[in-house]
Amino acid sequence: MSTMKATRDAYGETLAELGAENLDIVVLDADLSGSTKTSLFAKKFPERFFNMGIAEANLVGTAAGLAAAGKIPFASTFAIFAVGRAWEQVRQSVAYPKANVKIVGTHGGITVGEDGGSHQSVEDIAIMRAIPNMTVIVPADGVETDGAIRAAAAHKGPVYVRLGRNKVPTVFDATYRFEIGKGQVVRAGSDVTFVTTGLMTAQALEAAEILARDGINARVVHIGTIKPLDEEIILAAARETGAIVTAEEHSIVGGLGGAVSELLAEKQPTPVKRVGINDRFGTSGKAEELIKYFGLTPDDLAAAARDVLQKK
Amino acid sequence: MKLTSTELQEKARELRIAIVKMLHKSQSGHTGGSLSAIDMITALYFNKMRHNPADPRWEGRDRFVLCKGHAAPAQYVALATAGYFPKEDLMMLRRLGSHLQGHPDSKSTPGVEVCTGSLGQGLSMANGMALGLRLDGKDCRVYALLGDGELQEGQVWEAAMAAAHYRLDNLCALVDANALQIDGEVAKVMNVAPIGEKFRAFGWHVLEIDGHDMDAIVAALDKAETVKGHPTVIVASTVKGKGVDIFENKASYHGVTPSDAELPHALKCLGCAED
Repeated sequence: MSTMKATRDAYGETLAELGAENLDIVVLDADLSGSTKTSLFAKKFPERFFNMGIAEANLVGTAAGLAAAGKIPFASTFAIFAVGRAWEQVRQSVAYPKANVKIVGTHGGITVGEDGGSHQSVEDIAIMRAIPNMTVIVPADGVETDGAIRAAAAHKGPVYVRLGRNKVPTVFDATYRFEIGKGQVVRAGSDVTFVTTGLMTAQALEAAEILARDGINARVVHIGTIKPLDEEIILAAARETGAIVTAEEHSIVGGLGGAVSELLAEKQPTPVKRVGINDRFGTSGKAEELIKYFGLTPDDLAAAARDVLQKK
Repeated sequence: MKLTSTELQEKARELRIAIVKMLHKSQSGHTGGSLSAIDMITALYFNKMRHNPADPRWEGRDRFVLCKGHAAPAQYVALATAGYFPKEDLMMLRRLGSHLQGHPDSKSTPGVEVCTGSLGQGLSMANGMALGLRLDGKDCRVYALLGDGELQEGQVWEAAMAAAHYRLDNLCALVDANALQIDGEVAKVMNVAPIGEKFRAFGWHVLEIDGHDMDAIVAALDKAETVKGHPTVIVASTVKGKGVDIFENKASYHGVTPSDAELPHALKCLGCAED
């Protein structure tokens, strides 16, 4: 965990590399290319970059048309707008026809920070997960983002990738190979399991160290793909450790916590504690302040683990 | 299969009969807007567009997007008559398991390019196709047929702005301006006039025609092809329910199908002796 990198930076770099490898890749943005980092692609391949202006519905619809013409469009803006403003376009023009469109929403979650609740998407994972045909990916770090963007380009069909604004610790080493639908045990353990996504995986690894001081041996399972969910890795964790804490930078309603709870309720009833935003909107503040304010710190995760262990 | 204007008129009559029979059979679907759009759709499929019913995904084809997807019956009868699928399939419209969904579905129906029906989204997709085809250096053209009520959707104007910005002269939009929508007159529900001036202000080349005058439709489509540097829109004044007097200019026939009692009269209006 020595290096730090924002997943949006990794996205911009990988996209610019992919542009040289695959001439069918085209990129669209809605006046935020400097922030989403699609500007790196735009600089190298201006003829394959389309700024659609501040018009997200048309951004997504145009991407669907480009896909119908055989292109592989990556459409980017902030997660709140890609998923919220253009939800019905994502559903009707992209997911319903199974169009080969990649929606990459940056500045996801509360760590967008000072812009406040209007700009903090805390429900995008739930909203996208509910749409048939949609693949939903939330990378933990820059390494996984690189793999996820390459996998999204290679995958035929709609994909939503949720990225963050700020630098996050690098969890995976360079040998890691991302695969759609595959979770990763990033720390072995037998007493309790953290099932995490996005930047919460790094938080959970720290939480596991806190618990280890008290002799509690926590497993950490990173879920890079929320949909399709790696059911096996979660069911194995439930069987082998008997207690689950989910953690995400997202509402506890309908996201990773929802997906894991649905799975376990049906197939392997297990005590679960969901850590996330407790069904409320975000607020202005510095990212690290908000992580504390909303209870997403390693200490909060360790407390959640102790709580769920009582129910084992 | 490039028909003359006179042949197109006869073909449109044949397709109107097919629409009425199909909607009578399904007892679900949109009669008025299918009959107002069918002359333009006939001109596109049987005169203007390069396409190959034996190879619906042929790369050199011109593309058609039915933005006002509720007029699916009009597109389906054109596709079936052109030979994309058997005409008998038309009798399965909207049935469970049928490839003819209530609104156009590219996954189900040969010859349908994208999924439409949620109004306002089609022109954006047509733009995307036009951009993609231009990137590939293809001379294929893209046609997008919208309703006038549909112009109330804000996304249409996002797309109109973008088509002009990107100088999509391989794109031609057609507005089936039948002046009616579900709740009544477009001018009373939410006035979209003046349509031509709005598109002109957005940077489009505008042609205004009578949408049931086959000579005018073909001439406008020909003219659109010669316009460079701008997208073209053909604003076509039409009559909702055109061809069957009891359906004409009635908002109530937007989503209502011909009844058993109405069918013989409707077919008679269209010069169809049988049934």
